[in-house]
Amino acid sequence: MRRHLLLLAFMGAASHGFAEVGGDPERGEELFRQCSSCHQVGQGAVDRIGPQLNHIFDRAAGEAEGFRYSAGFERAAAGGLVWTYDTLDSFIENPRVLVSNTRMSFRGIAEQQDRDDLLAYLRLFSSSPANIPEAAPTAAAVDHAVAPEVLAIVGDPAYGEYLSGECTACHQASGAATGIPSITNWPTEDFVVAMHAYKEGVRAHPVMQMMAGRLSNEEIAALAAYFESIR
Amino acid sequence: MKFDRRTFIGSAAATTGLLAAPMVRAQGKPRVVVIGGGAGGATAARYLAKDSQGALDVTLVEPTRTYYTCFFSNLYLGGFRDMGSLGHSYGTLASDYGINVIHDWAVGVDRDAKTVTLAGGSSLPYDRLILSPGIDFVDGAVEGWDVSAQNAMPHAYKGGSQTELLKAQIMAMPQGGTFAMVAPPNPYRCPPGPYERISMVAHALKEVNPTAKILIADPKESFSKQGLFEEGWNRHYAGMVERIGPDFGGANVSVDPQAMTLTIDGDVNDVDVCNVIPAMKAGRIAEIAGITDGNWAPVNAADMSSKMDPNIHVLGDAAAQGDMPKSGFSANSQAKVCANAVRGALTGSTVFPARFANTCWSLIDTNDGVKVGATYEATDEKIAKVDGFVSATGESDELRAATYQESIGWYDGIVADMFG
Repeated sequence: MRRHLLLLAFMGAASHGFAEVGGDPERGEELFRQCSSCHQVGQGAVDRIGPQLNHIFDRAAGEAEGFRYSAGFERAAAGGLVWTYDTLDSFIENPRVLVSNTRMSFRGIAEQQDRDDLLAYLRLFSSSPANIPEAAPTAAAVDHAVAPEVLAIVGDPAYGEYLSGECTACHQASGAATGIPSITNWPTEDFVVAMHAYKEGVRAHPVMQMMAGRLSNEEIAALAAYFESIR
Repeated sequence: MKFDRRTFIGSAAATTGLLAAPMVRAQGKPRVVVIGGGAGGATAARYLAKDSQGALDVTLVEPTRTYYTCFFSNLYLGGFRDMGSLGHSYGTLASDYGINVIHDWAVGVDRDAKTVTLAGGSSLPYDRLILSPGIDFVDGAVEGWDVSAQNAMPHAYKGGSQTELLKAQIMAMPQGGTFAMVAPPNPYRCPPGPYERISMVAHALKEVNPTAKILIADPKESFSKQGLFEEGWNRHYAGMVERIGPDFGGANVSVDPQAMTLTIDGDVNDVDVCNVIPAMKAGRIAEIAGITDGNWAPVNAADMSSKMDPNIHVLGDAAAQGDMPKSGFSANSQAKVCANAVRGALTGSTVFPARFANTCWSLIDTNDGVKVGATYEATDEKIAKVDGFVSATGESDELRAATYQESIGWYDGIVADMFG
């Protein structure tokens, strides 16, 4: 957080290019190697295992023409997910925070500096240098990682079972999924991470934001423990 | 005041000679009788049976063998669902949950003896009684209409045969004919329901009878999701829908079911179909039990117990509880809070704090779904709203289509939560 404040102050003082304040694109290019087995970016980039990443900034999610997205990704896209610095940052940090069951099997990049550098690199392929200062309002990433002490909370499955009544009005306890995704058989950590993402508004769905919004850390842990217990 | 409930029942039953009557009895388990097998009653019965794991004797009294949901019945009118997909049986509640399902009408409640009398003559003793009887109509609410006129002018506000009748009448309308609706005053079941119905009727007519007109007489200044519906009507059904609000006499209506006329503020309109949705009140058994105040049954928010009788709980449309809309989702939510509290009172299990939620989806046209929702908490005074949202006007087609798909998922989810 301290770093972000410094960044904003610096950007207010001078309209320099994004790369100078947000991250190092040259280092980002090196970091992109771990992405390049699935994604291409730059001139002539095409869809491979993952979609090509030219003009990814400010694009609505799930819009790479001709690419077949997972159901989870299409759901997130229909829910209004737009790729901004903030959403890309949280997606790269942990893809499951933003999109359930995405086919992007990538453990994520924990270091903020690495993510800033990588995004600075991707940013080069999204808009001309002249437009870069306009990126300022979205240039400050927010840390969406769930704190280890929150992840470590051991929930009360009995309370979770009671709370789960709020889930099963829509999500079927059997795990069957038609227009609403299944929430059974989730690894506990994924469940907790997703619920906190709704609670903080990183995930877009208004019903889920509302439902998660009043759950305490202990209540989220209790729900995760219950759904874990019925796997 | 505390007393041993079972001893009390035993002595009351003995002194009033009820032991001679045919009784449905369990061996020593606390008894819960649930009246009404809809979103409130079926959910409450299922959660009580499921969570108590045999420690409670649960009886569900519901007259119909196949329950047709009122929610999604508008989609049947619009041609998006068939009637069979809205029907549900109580078989799983009986076979998998051990609930004693009795298909009969409850016609009496003796609160001193703590028994329910059924139309068939038998008597059911209870330790706790849960009433989830839905709605009935206020006598004389619409001049010229009573239930004897419901075939000429259907209400179609309880799922099943009335819905089928209304659909048949819509399909038989002459080209360029008029569908009229008398909309209800607040409070009533499913606040967006009449307006989703207008949308679905318009959708059906647009396909088979595109010059038909829709006329709404409405006693309310405004209604649920109004901006969304009006935007949708302009977009999909331009020039088809006319709504006359109270400023132009929408509250001053009478009908003539023989002549098929609807009179609004003195103006007589010849109509081809007239859907009269009268003012509503709690299902009759709540009144018979003597726990209503005015049209509805007041309850305590923490456990949905009646303010008139601590051994009776009231769920769903029939309850006067505060801020929640009368909806199937609300009834389902209240049922889980009530089941948790009743089980705790009768078996000593942990009672967790009440928490409620509601979401209502509506379909305006093909793949044009919208929703409204809120969370609620129990205060000493009422069920109070915490937070909420409503779909925005001007949303993308993709989001509206996703919202409709979500509503289909919700339907499957809630009926699984009700019927197992």
